[in-house]
Amino acid sequence: MSAVKSYDCIVTGGGHAGTEAALAAAKMGLSTCLFTMNLDTIGQLSCNPAIGGLAKGHIVREIDSLGGVMAQAADFAGIQFRMLNRSKGPAVWSLRAQADRVLYRVYIKRVLEETKNLDIKQGTVTSLTFDKSRNRITGVVTSLGTVYHSKAVIVTTGTFLNGLIHIGLQSFSAGRAWEFPSVGLSESLSELGLKIGRLKTGTPPRLDAKTIDFNKAEPQWGDNPPVPFSFSTKAILNPQLPCYITYTNEKTHGIIHNSLDRSPLYSGKISGKGPRYCPSIEDKVVRFSERPRHQVFLEPDGLNTSEYYANGISTSLPLDVQIELVRSIAGLEGAELMRPGYAVEYDFVYPACLRHTLEVKTIEGLYLAGQINSTSGYEEAAAQGLVAGMNAALKIKGAQPLELQRHEAYIGVMIDDLVTLGITEPYRMFTSRAEYRLLLRNDNAELRLKEKGYAAGLVDENRYEQYKSKLDSFNAEMYRFKTKRVKPDEINPSLIKRGISPLTEPSTLEQLLKRPGVDYEMLESVSAPDVELPTDLKLLVEAEIKYEGYIKQQEVLVEKMKRLQNKRIPDDFNYKEIGGLSTESLMKLLEVRPETVGQAQRIPGVTPSSISMILAYLEKRKRTENQR
Amino acid sequence: MNSYQDTIAAVSTPPGEGGIGIVRISGKDAIVISQGMFKSKKYKLPSTMPAFTMSLGHVINPLDGSSVDEVLIAVMRAPHSYTAEDVVEFHCHGGYFTVKKTLEITLSLGARLAEPGEFTLRAFLNGRIDLSQAEGVLDVIKSKTAESSRIALEQLSGGVSEKITEIVSALTTVCALTEAHIDFSDEDAQLSDVKEILINIGEIEKKLKQLSSTYETGRLYREGMSIAIVGRTNVGKSSLLNALLEKNRAIVSETPGTTRDTIEEYLNIDGIPARVIDTAGIRQSTEYAELEGIKRSLNSIEAADVIVAVFDGGAELTSEDFYIIEKTTGKTLIALINKSDLKAAFHASVLAESYGGGGLTPVLRISAKTNDGIGALKDMIFSIAAGNSPEVKNGVLITNVRHKRAIDECLFALARVATLLSDSMPLELAAFELRTALDTISEITGLVTTDSILDSIFGRFCIGK
Repeated sequence: MSAVKSYDCIVTGGGHAGTEAALAAAKMGLSTCLFTMNLDTIGQLSCNPAIGGLAKGHIVREIDSLGGVMAQAADFAGIQFRMLNRSKGPAVWSLRAQADRVLYRVYIKRVLEETKNLDIKQGTVTSLTFDKSRNRITGVVTSLGTVYHSKAVIVTTGTFLNGLIHIGLQSFSAGRAWEFPSVGLSESLSELGLKIGRLKTGTPPRLDAKTIDFNKAEPQWGDNPPVPFSFSTKAILNPQLPCYITYTNEKTHGIIHNSLDRSPLYSGKISGKGPRYCPSIEDKVVRFSERPRHQVFLEPDGLNTSEYYANGISTSLPLDVQIELVRSIAGLEGAELMRPGYAVEYDFVYPACLRHTLEVKTIEGLYLAGQINSTSGYEEAAAQGLVAGMNAALKIKGAQPLELQRHEAYIGVMIDDLVTLGITEPYRMFTSRAEYRLLLRNDNAELRLKEKGYAAGLVDENRYEQYKSKLDSFNAEMYRFKTKRVKPDEINPSLIKRGISPLTEPSTLEQLLKRPGVDYEMLESVSAPDVELPTDLKLLVEAEIKYEGYIKQQEVLVEKMKRLQNKRIPDDFNYKEIGGLSTESLMKLLEVRPETVGQAQRIPGVTPSSISMILAYLEKRKRTENQR
Repeated sequence: MNSYQDTIAAVSTPPGEGGIGIVRISGKDAIVISQGMFKSKKYKLPSTMPAFTMSLGHVINPLDGSSVDEVLIAVMRAPHSYTAEDVVEFHCHGGYFTVKKTLEITLSLGARLAEPGEFTLRAFLNGRIDLSQAEGVLDVIKSKTAESSRIALEQLSGGVSEKITEIVSALTTVCALTEAHIDFSDEDAQLSDVKEILINIGEIEKKLKQLSSTYETGRLYREGMSIAIVGRTNVGKSSLLNALLEKNRAIVSETPGTTRDTIEEYLNIDGIPARVIDTAGIRQSTEYAELEGIKRSLNSIEAADVIVAVFDGGAELTSEDFYIIEKTTGKTLIALINKSDLKAAFHASVLAESYGGGGLTPVLRISAKTNDGIGALKDMIFSIAAGNSPEVKNGVLITNVRHKRAIDECLFALARVATLLSDSMPLELAAFELRTALDTISEITGLVTTDSILDSIFGRFCIGK
């Protein structure tokens, strides 16, 4: 078949992974085409109208630092911002925002449309074309039989791959409710030798605001002033809205218990594994039957709509039961459901087949990103899209790949987990997944990643200059803290006021800041820099100094880890030839085919002595090659 | 050249009783570590020693400055050593106990216990072993792995592995409680408070300390204990040895000084292998051979785990007896009055008082000739050696240095957690130390993954909106 057009890079899917992938590839100079089944749902927030949250907020800032779009879109669409975990240390502070669904997708679509080198087409990719002799992807075929050639294809199908929606005992094929599923592509991936599995997720009903009695719920407002996601956003311009909190009760739980025989989850109709951190209300009521109530968050869908998202009662019970259970909740007695909740099952690809660049190991030029790799969440998807898009471009340009490490970014932790550990449920990021958590703060995302984004060519000059000047102020302030000494009589009144033991001798600002109870603000009142720093830089200085001891400890661990992490294992490495590896180690190694000895070491079930043998064997191989 | 960041240590002579035992350290801190545990008056210290020379001195316990063993130390500098790294070897000659103690000290000073075959692996990776020997390197790793997993299995008795698993699971729960606060603080999940976490940590610490305290006893089970029988001549030491062994091994005669050298025999006391040393009688003598024997007897007193001081119940205590009392006071000791078949010449309390009274030294009257009281003596030796902990009675004993070390490091980390929590420091710092604690202890039974912690969170709390 002859192609209609040839591209460097084709992206299939216009969700959070697809849009970041297409933007990155195009901005880095590839002629790119994004195929979406519906141009009007590009950048759709399919589940809750919110971006960020614990650990996810970190990812959004990392995306921003690398040159992605999600943070700016969230700032543009944000109608409530909250910094979570403020009562803890800065490493685990995380930003969450409610977003106006329409504004979010409008922003994303506009950015795509304004991007050079990028075509956006409505169309359904139903199969991939492949050059068997060279193990290379060559392009895509759409449902209309049209062929497009491409050097790289990035597949981001979300929940659409053989999507099946359940409401009660009824089910129908769909990617999101009332949208076509993607059929055919899954078979095409399977033919390429990829292992396909099935997962499930769900969403709650949407309610009509004019039928909700908000007086019976507690409002929850965001921070004032709101803190934006993007390091380059100056201010949040939208009016800010509250969410409302109400609770289920014994009556709600009774309704659910009495209807479990009509639940697709409990009648065995759903086979895909759902996420435990995002259970349906029927799951919560059954598994935690001792709890008298569960929280329900009423989240506004946007500024110009009366739809409210009833977060906390995700359900796939039949519509009549959904209505009854919603109306048993305080404030929702007269609520009308505008859209029912539902569960969706979809195909995913076991991500052990991927490199850290998200390229399929066995098929050159084929990249997978987002929910197809078993993840859940907009942020996780967007980050993968960004990494896949960047790497597709880097590879075509013949540059070094971008492989984020576990100590560099949550994105690195996520991708390494995906390609190394087995998958048993949809993967979501938690801060506890990051062993170097104290290094991966949301306030230092730029310090960690901006240079990488700039080097790859994704961060534009303008934003890079902004970052550089910010970095200069930061370094100058760190230097001032190390060198500037304060006399006891200058600081003691402030210390005593806070019940902290006073100084007897002069001390540097740095030493003072390390004392519990002392913060930047206190020291600023005694000894201020020539030019006042922006709030985010003050917090950054505070975090870097206060936790220096722990940061150093983690850095030592990073150095130790690097020795094995830097040892690459060639693609054609023959584990069977080593002999003597335990059966479990051998099976796991063959399944994952780790790219580095460090990754091999992280595979559950691979023993330390197997690692010793791999090291010895690698050395033997290297020397044999040198001899030739 | 590989740049290993860590320094490894291991006993490099075969396990068991040998003439000398060698502890080898390799890595960039090898010389610094050896410097902290070696003293010599006359000879050179490790850092100033020329390569390939040996120096005589003592391995010193850095905690209390006491001497562990007299050793020869050899220093080899990178790249001229087996591993091409700085290598220090301690040649101990005090038997297996001192070898193990020396190894423990290297670990306490920052060395890491070597993985099976790791010296050979380093030698190979650092280019000391040529390609033709590469298969040999793999074979060494394989065979050492097989050997060490066999030994590890033997050492991790059912009771211990159960106990550790119990602790790991309790600690996983504490990690889950803490991580839930960090990762799900925006949820209505009814999380536990810091006080509950601290209480849980306290309980785990208690269990770990109990387990750690069984190490000394555990080592007795694994490596055996030494029992020295001492006494002046002709009080029946050799008869006692025969009675304990239930056979005739030592020459028993009426002539004083028959046992001129120390005689060693092995027996089993309720599962503890014991090496019994029948020493030459201590008395004033001018005969050279006998003097040598007496000197050895006195040395045995220093080295033994348990001393059985034997006195003749049929005769008044002599000045030689008092000399022995003086030499053995303060040791782990049973004072034994032999010849209970004869008329008692002095009361047991006289002996007890001579040892300082207060019931500190158990006194037992037996007859080696008639076997009267031999059973009671064995029971007493066992209870002195094994102590009275319930763990020991149930056979839950830590016998392996690696396990002991993991338990102690876990305890250190938990102490830091408790301080951080009590001082209301940010929770993620305590969480970091908790993970350190969990990682160290779970090394014994298999590392706990983040997934297990998440499992624990999702099993316990209703998470998710």
